[in-house]
Amino acid sequence: MDLLFVHLFIFVLAAFVGFEVISKVPPTLHTPLMSGANAISGITIVGALLVASHTGCVITCHLGFIAIIFATINVVGGFMVTDRMLEMFKKKGDE
Amino acid sequence: MNPLVPEFLSDFVPTLIHLSYLLASVLFILGLKRLSSPATARSGNRLAALGMLIGVAVTLFNREIISFQYIIAGILIGAVIGAVLARRVKMTSMPELVSMFNGFGGIASALVASGEYFRIAPAVFATQELTALAVSLLVGTMTFTGSLVAFAKLRGIIGGAPVVYPGYKVVNTLVFVAFLVFTSLFFLDPGNTGLYLVLAGIALLIGLLLVLPIGGADMPVVISLLNSLTGLAASATGFVLHNHLLIVSGTLVGAAGLILTLIMCKAMNRPLFNVLFGSFGGNGVDTGLPGTAGGKTVKEVTPSDLAIMAAYARRVVIVPGYGLAVAQAQHAVREVADMLEARKVDVRYGIHPVAGRMPGHMNVLLAEANVPYPQLFDMDDINKELPKSDLVLVIGANDVVNPDARLNTSSPIYGMPILNVDQAQNVVIFKRSLNTGYAGIDNQLFYADNSYLFFGDAKKSLELLQESLKEL
Repeated sequence: MDLLFVHLFIFVLAAFVGFEVISKVPPTLHTPLMSGANAISGITIVGALLVASHTGCVITCHLGFIAIIFATINVVGGFMVTDRMLEMFKKKGDE
Repeated sequence: MNPLVPEFLSDFVPTLIHLSYLLASVLFILGLKRLSSPATARSGNRLAALGMLIGVAVTLFNREIISFQYIIAGILIGAVIGAVLARRVKMTSMPELVSMFNGFGGIASALVASGEYFRIAPAVFATQELTALAVSLLVGTMTFTGSLVAFAKLRGIIGGAPVVYPGYKVVNTLVFVAFLVFTSLFFLDPGNTGLYLVLAGIALLIGLLLVLPIGGADMPVVISLLNSLTGLAASATGFVLHNHLLIVSGTLVGAAGLILTLIMCKAMNRPLFNVLFGSFGGNGVDTGLPGTAGGKTVKEVTPSDLAIMAAYARRVVIVPGYGLAVAQAQHAVREVADMLEARKVDVRYGIHPVAGRMPGHMNVLLAEANVPYPQLFDMDDINKELPKSDLVLVIGANDVVNPDARLNTSSPIYGMPILNVDQAQNVVIFKRSLNTGYAGIDNQLFYADNSYLFFGDAKKSLELLQESLKEL
């Protein structure tokens, strides 16, 4: 039960940090925010790596393998497309 | 035994992993913080990517990882697909891509939680893990199918109109109740993998049923909400795996998506509940058919008159709507702005939160056309400036500039926050015809004394304006 409360603490505090940090993102950057957040939600890849490599696997490692593919698409695609967008935001005179 | 870790280091590795996860969480937060300005945003995204790299790299040293063939193959396949999608996507198709990524993130989290379940089953989970498992399965899976429907609607594979049938609300409620019933059964018999699969099936169905009845015009809300749900799914999976990095990162994303969802709802003046269960909002397709003016008259403006109005104005505010992007006129509008700036006119863009197909979409489309970001103003900021502006050019926008939202209590859009373009000296509306916008409501702005209409395709009209400006 203790562990659950540690998780809940972290969850609630992370939610507050998230609200504070993200409410300062200007509307101009809401699309890159979303695609960048998408890439971050690909963090589930960490879980996928653990699940994909267990011994004596019947189902688990196959699920993990598919999860790795989906999560990697999210991570690589998400960060790359966000970078592509943010590169376009320039002031006058920026090269 | 992990083949990457030598024997004598194996005691040290778990500490290293925990510390690195902490570092990765900090990098995600710092990365998001740097998104608060376009000047620092790119470095912020790179910081977050570095955090991800660290998180993935140290996980490979976990002692439970004993073989790498699946990992290497999975990462290679995923990286190639992700890179190709990211490079090829057109900026106008960004909502589709984000929808697709939302779905992939959701299903990945659900698969990870499921993998953990099948690893342990038929041995029994503790109740809190079972709860987290059920949440992860439900949220991740419904995000997947819901996002696929959103993708299909945005792509036009299925029509944008709400897909409804008599009694669909009853059916949706029953399906959700079924999920709760089967969840309870599953809690009583957690080793029953058959029940688990039934739950997965119901969760797939819920995603479909939830998004199908929502109209295309509401997609900005839906994409934001699904974005939030992918984060929540990752967070729930973190509860299943007892992994704090997943909990922190997933929750950050959940918060981001929720904030955007609320902003979109406020901008459309519709409570979230109403968007999800109201099935309002057509597909927002401009039919291009001439509408009737209902006896009221509008004034038209010629390109040369408009050129004079614009060239001798002190400040011109451009209000773009999605129609601008549909007409591929972003570059044409920026060229007009350049010509006006060369004549010392102060040019600004006023952007409504729902101007594009997802939050911030119009800003990206304009940035792509080399509009400098200091000229992009959000609704509240530009509304302060509009009474002091000489000329507003409304291009491809309609409902978001309709003064009825402010003045006419009987209007369906009454209360929706709008750009108060009617308060400027003069307003010129670029329009293909006098038909109504998404909401199907007539716009009093067109008949106002200080309003002029410029009929025609937005891109062609802007090119005509450019020619007239050259002749001045």
